[in-house]
Amino acid sequence: MKQLRTKPKLGSWLVAISTVLVLALLMLTSPAAAQRKMIQIKGSDTMVNLVQILAEEYMAKKPGSAIAVLGGGSGTGITAIINGTCDLANHSREWKQKELDLAYEKGVRPRIFAIAVDALSIIVNDRNPIESLTMAQVGSIFRGEIKNWKILGGPDQKISLYGRQSNSGTYAFLQEHVLNNKNYSQDVKEMNGNAQIIEAVTQDLAGIGYVGVGYLYDENGQVRKGIKVLKIKKDENSPEYSPLDKEAVYSAKYAISRPLYQCTNGKPSAAVADFIRFELSPEGQAIVEKEGFFKIGQELMQQNEKNLR
Amino acid sequence: MTSVKKKGLLGDLKESLIQKVFQTSGLLAIIVLLGIFALLLYTSIPAFREVSLKEFLTSSRWDPTSPERPEYGLLSMLASTVMVTLGALLIAFPVGVAVAAYLSDVASPRVREIIKPVVELLAAIPSVVVGFLGITLVGPLIARIFNLSHGLTALNGSLLLAVMALPTIISISEDSLNAVPVSFVEASLALGANRWQTLIRVKIPAAISGIIASLMLGMGRAIGETMTVLMATGNARSFPHGFLQSVRTLTATIAIELGEVPYYTTHYYALFAIGLVLFIMTFFVNLAADIILEKQKRKLQ
Repeated sequence: MKQLRTKPKLGSWLVAISTVLVLALLMLTSPAAAQRKMIQIKGSDTMVNLVQILAEEYMAKKPGSAIAVLGGGSGTGITAIINGTCDLANHSREWKQKELDLAYEKGVRPRIFAIAVDALSIIVNDRNPIESLTMAQVGSIFRGEIKNWKILGGPDQKISLYGRQSNSGTYAFLQEHVLNNKNYSQDVKEMNGNAQIIEAVTQDLAGIGYVGVGYLYDENGQVRKGIKVLKIKKDENSPEYSPLDKEAVYSAKYAISRPLYQCTNGKPSAAVADFIRFELSPEGQAIVEKEGFFKIGQELMQQNEKNLR
Repeated sequence: MTSVKKKGLLGDLKESLIQKVFQTSGLLAIIVLLGIFALLLYTSIPAFREVSLKEFLTSSRWDPTSPERPEYGLLSMLASTVMVTLGALLIAFPVGVAVAAYLSDVASPRVREIIKPVVELLAAIPSVVVGFLGITLVGPLIARIFNLSHGLTALNGSLLLAVMALPTIISISEDSLNAVPVSFVEASLALGANRWQTLIRVKIPAAISGIIASLMLGMGRAIGETMTVLMATGNARSFPHGFLQSVRTLTATIAIELGEVPYYTTHYYALFAIGLVLFIMTFFVNLAADIILEKQKRKLQ
């Protein structure tokens, strides 16, 4: 008897809860939000935070505009442009020939804009005594040829590799420019994004990973605790430079820097073009620098102007 | 107090209509299953235009985006999946059967009323939450115990999957222990056996096929689990040599790569081929469980 009496009570609770949920959903999808034309941006995990902040600033300045930024990796963004499922793709590597072929086959004409520059950073645990590596050493480590920190002058400990998944532009960029287009070691632990690599290396004394420079800083603009950002030498005899050293990155002395791109299918629509102009404006570029990335140079800027027209 | 319904022509029609509806629903399940199988088969076959079946099944290197030479070897992932799954069952099976025996034999009805729903709630925890526990709690613990630099290992995945397989193993084992006729137990007790002897020598042997079925169903659950292993095992592609190594399972590979793969390429089809392998594995495990359960039912009747 007791159970019978409690049952309707549970039922009415469920009704009450679901009513509240439905009301909340209705409020979220109110007509005001639906009427706006949403710009969909997708792609690079390295760029997702930066573009999110650029979009927020832009929306604050231009009431009525709406931008949604998703991550997923550069490959995901480029695939989305080819399949027509986003308006603007973020990608931290260049298009592959295969992707260009596929795009042209489908009648997609990518227009590419460089919006910032990233210094790809190699990080280790802050208790690792190693301070700097050459490009060749980084390549050997990630190809799995150097397996122990001892060889590099560190403790006698097996190197624990962290990397991104193969849809990542950072994965592809490092493979092309540092690993000289050779295979990654099969022992690389594939993490889902920059933040996870930082988290893993913070916990792993023998860890090494690669992330975009913007992820090195916490909310207060300080380099995150628990990681050490390695200085990189172009080769054995060159001086070493840190990606935290602005001057070194701008003068291209830091060896692993790369432009961060966005692309559209054909000439960008007025709304998208306006957002790109904002990103390239001094105000937009100031945000880029504040987020830890670097402003784009004269040459790339001229290229952008041409593509906007 | 039961009221007898009038049974006219209309009633007959209604009855046959309802019967048809139920029949279609039953058939629908079969159609969906066959449909999925056909789709997987159809989408996997093009992969073998460029990848030989021999390479797919015997090579241990998987690197479809390699700039040197794309490789499509299944072996490392298959071994990883089998290893993580067996590890999970080695942990979950003894514990699960012990809990089931406790619930059906020892626990007072009040205790059972508390434990049973709690065990079932365990099945309701989203796998992403279990995976998160693996990263923040179980993984670091493994690293400390075994003096490793990190805990993202096959053992981490096994431990978490064991937790996820437990509800299945416990509830089905308990059901089959309860299904053992009381006459068996009474006869055993009457012959002077104590409760422990009765449990070990009479009840468990009588229910053994149900218990084995619970193991198989738990295995089916563990093989197919994706999110937890994706988060907890580190996803290194190399061939596994031990439980303290990072591994990447079949499910994790599909989850990682399907999102980014350009459609209708060899890589895309190869991922479906992995899906087909998984489907066949879980299908046979579940089929075996069903056959065993059916056998037990017949035996006890």
